[in-house]
Amino acid sequence: MQKVIIIGAGHAAAQLAPSLRKQGWEGEILIIGEEAYIPYQRPPLSKAFMAGDKTEAEILIRPLLAYKQHDINFMLNEKVAKLNPVNNTLTLSNGKELSYDQLALCTGARARKIPLPGSELAGVFYLRTLDDVKAIQQRLDAGANAVIVGGGYIGLETAAALNKMGVNVTVLEVQDRVLARVTAPEVSEFYQRVHTEEGVDIQTNTAVSHIEGDVQVKAVSCKNGERFDADLVIVGIGVVPNVELAEEAGLAVDNGIVVDEFARTSVSNIFAAGDCTNHPNALLSGSLRNQSNNRLRLESVPNAMEQAKTVAASICGQSLPYASYPWFWSDQYDLKLQIAGLSQGFDQVLIRGDHKHSRSFVAWYLKGGRLLAADCINRPKEFLVAKQLLSRGITVDPIKLVDESIDPKTFLQ
Amino acid sequence: MPMIHYIEADGAEYEVDVAVGSTVMQGAVDNMIDGILAECGGSCSCATCHCYVDKAWFSKVGEAGSTEKTMLEMAMDPQPTSRLSCQIEVTEELDGLVVRLPESQY
Repeated sequence: MQKVIIIGAGHAAAQLAPSLRKQGWEGEILIIGEEAYIPYQRPPLSKAFMAGDKTEAEILIRPLLAYKQHDINFMLNEKVAKLNPVNNTLTLSNGKELSYDQLALCTGARARKIPLPGSELAGVFYLRTLDDVKAIQQRLDAGANAVIVGGGYIGLETAAALNKMGVNVTVLEVQDRVLARVTAPEVSEFYQRVHTEEGVDIQTNTAVSHIEGDVQVKAVSCKNGERFDADLVIVGIGVVPNVELAEEAGLAVDNGIVVDEFARTSVSNIFAAGDCTNHPNALLSGSLRNQSNNRLRLESVPNAMEQAKTVAASICGQSLPYASYPWFWSDQYDLKLQIAGLSQGFDQVLIRGDHKHSRSFVAWYLKGGRLLAADCINRPKEFLVAKQLLSRGITVDPIKLVDESIDPKTFLQ
Repeated sequence: MPMIHYIEADGAEYEVDVAVGSTVMQGAVDNMIDGILAECGGSCSCATCHCYVDKAWFSKVGEAGSTEKTMLEMAMDPQPTSRLSCQIEVTEELDGLVVRLPESQY
């Protein structure tokens, strides 16, 4: 019997396995995960799960029984040490060798570590896995002082969740504004205002020099001389794609495991999907960060799911080229942020609504008059309209985009 | 355990047990029912878990909340009995609920 092995047990794997069955794969399916858990949803880790609004069982993507009923098997708490593409085998860290006919790398990404003195002290956490959050939760008390390093989505979502639990939160951001990597200054300004209104202390232009403490963390010291008491430190400074297995096995790697639009790596029976991939997206213009082509690496659940379906199609001898407009979401306080598209390369930002005084508005990002993306805060209608504007290639007169008297649904006509 | 009856656009039917306290969306995801995508995992952020509640069941299931209603307006081909299945909590009362799935969530 033919065998597919999936390395990684996250969102991509959770979509890939059932999609394989749907597409007619009748052979074996084995998912190897290095965590102790079957696939669970990562986004709630810094939101509802951190805040205690969801249980571990509630964040599983689906229960184990569901996989069993479709003959999908797991090996958990297992690390793959090496790939041997030449003889279609892989070696686990315990030395055992497994063979496969088709291999899917869904290895995702890991939290980028902060190489600072004191970062190994007890009480300093990263936030990527369920075990990370469980460890953090053990140290949460109302009135505790938490310092969050990094003012990106993880940092801000965690700040919102902890603040709600009565923790005193300070966010340290090295750039001059929060969410600098991903949004326009107007949106950064908005998030800083709301967090401040909610009682979180946001310090921008603040770089950490070292973390103080003996065995436990006591404080965080900054390069500008400031010092913040800390019972707990959470670091959210980005992720690094898990490409090592692929790289060491000689697969093409460049800011992610390189795949084509069919999710194929440089080896014909090895595929990859999700946060670990560098993939082409024909829909995006050539304005992606520092690249002149249309390749990118995305940190996004919908991307992982879509690419997984493409892998399933490829493995089953069908063709489902991946090309979707990215979208993301972030929940903080009563703010529902939904983002359609990728804003990189924008030359114009238009605001619909009042970002300075309200909690509901849209930031439209344009380039050369063409819509690239929309950050929608408590504007679900505009978000869904934006998704359609992008997928259907509709250009809207900028005057209409900012005119609140016009129903956004009419933009689609 | 309540049984939910899903009918895909192509006619494929599934009768599955879904636990009280879970959601109609989760029942579809657990059973690998394709017609529900559930991209945001049930946080009412994506409108890809759209379903049509059978007319006979709509009063038991109830109306959508306001954010959900806004999202539904923009879902693919919304109908009067449209709901986002992640917002339909399964109760004993919904044993036998019939939902139809749209042709596409996009």
